[in-house]
Amino acid sequence: MSLLSSSVSITRYRVHGRIDSPVMETVADALNNNVIKEIDDQSSDRTIGWTSFAKPFQPNFSGSSFVYGSFFVFSLRIDKKNIPPKVVQKQYTMEADRRMIKSGRNFLSKSEKKQIKDHVINVLSLRIPATPNVYDIIWNMEAGWLWFFSNLKTANEELETLFTQSFKLSLIRIFPYTEADLFCELSDSQRDALRQLTPTRFIE
Amino acid sequence: MMDVAVAYNRFKFIGEEFLTWLWFVIATDPKLAVKYDPDFVALEVGNRMVLENTRKESAERVTIKGDGASLEEGMMALQKGALVSELNLVYRSAELKWQFSVKGESLNISALSIPHSGLPESDEDLDGVVLERADLYERAIKLLEGLFGHFIKLRISSTWQNKTRSAIRNWIQS
Repeated sequence: MSLLSSSVSITRYRVHGRIDSPVMETVADALNNNVIKEIDDQSSDRTIGWTSFAKPFQPNFSGSSFVYGSFFVFSLRIDKKNIPPKVVQKQYTMEADRRMIKSGRNFLSKSEKKQIKDHVINVLSLRIPATPNVYDIIWNMEAGWLWFFSNLKTANEELETLFTQSFKLSLIRIFPYTEADLFCELSDSQRDALRQLTPTRFIE
Repeated sequence: MMDVAVAYNRFKFIGEEFLTWLWFVIATDPKLAVKYDPDFVALEVGNRMVLENTRKESAERVTIKGDGASLEEGMMALQKGALVSELNLVYRSAELKWQFSVKGESLNISALSIPHSGLPESDEDLDGVVLERADLYERAIKLLEGLFGHFIKLRISSTWQNKTRSAIRNWIQS
């Protein structure tokens, strides 16, 4: 989801840890080392990586292209090939028939069937282009927070994994407990009280 | 800090109590938010509210949708022990208006629309538009964080048990 959309969803994170100096080069290297790789002419059915916010289909992290004011702005791109099951079934049936005619048999073993199915999926994966999904990110490194413009569970999980792998920093998702613990400036005794909380019954 | 997955599940109720308290504040003390925005004009319940009653064996869920929908059904659900699990809010500050939904268990923000901000007409415009939008998103988030911070300090204080809980109970039963 683009941060320029008329309506957006935001999942908030706390970034734990510090980037090594020189910061801009470290961030650019981390983005470049984990940039999205095109899979349109390959048999892979899925790829995940960073891309540019301004040009998500021509990633480029040179210079300060990912710096907007005091923020780092870039995107997570997840490309996936969606092969309709009915297309797989059609190609599989045709290929299975061909093999049986060629061998003069009217049956195929379990391993032959699996081999044909894998072959069909492999061939189709080479022909079908991947569908890209782009999710924007605003990262305020100084303040230690990051906004991810999606609430989708899988997209958030991919972000957390790739971010940690790329920057060697951990992302802590903000939800009621972490918001209270990390953002509300509680004293030690207030933190103890937080940990002891149990649900309120407004109505007996 | 406690394990994140454990903390998420164990303290889900805090977010639902927060949204229930927020509805109570909107109804009884709407100017509380001035503390977190000097230009604050109003905070209102928007076009969606979800309530869940997990005290029953099979969790009951009530969804109220639509602009200007009656909240009576929501109040009836509170009277049966439900809490607000999702709330759409309309926030006005100076001449500007934001609208967004907050989910109790995650505090995730969805359907966030901000005051009109232009789209970039050229690559040179992009920086300015991104920074303007980031500022507008941050204002809604700051309000939410301010109100949550206010709630959590109240929630862990003795005032919650001695005063706020009974005030909310009276409001629910009134």
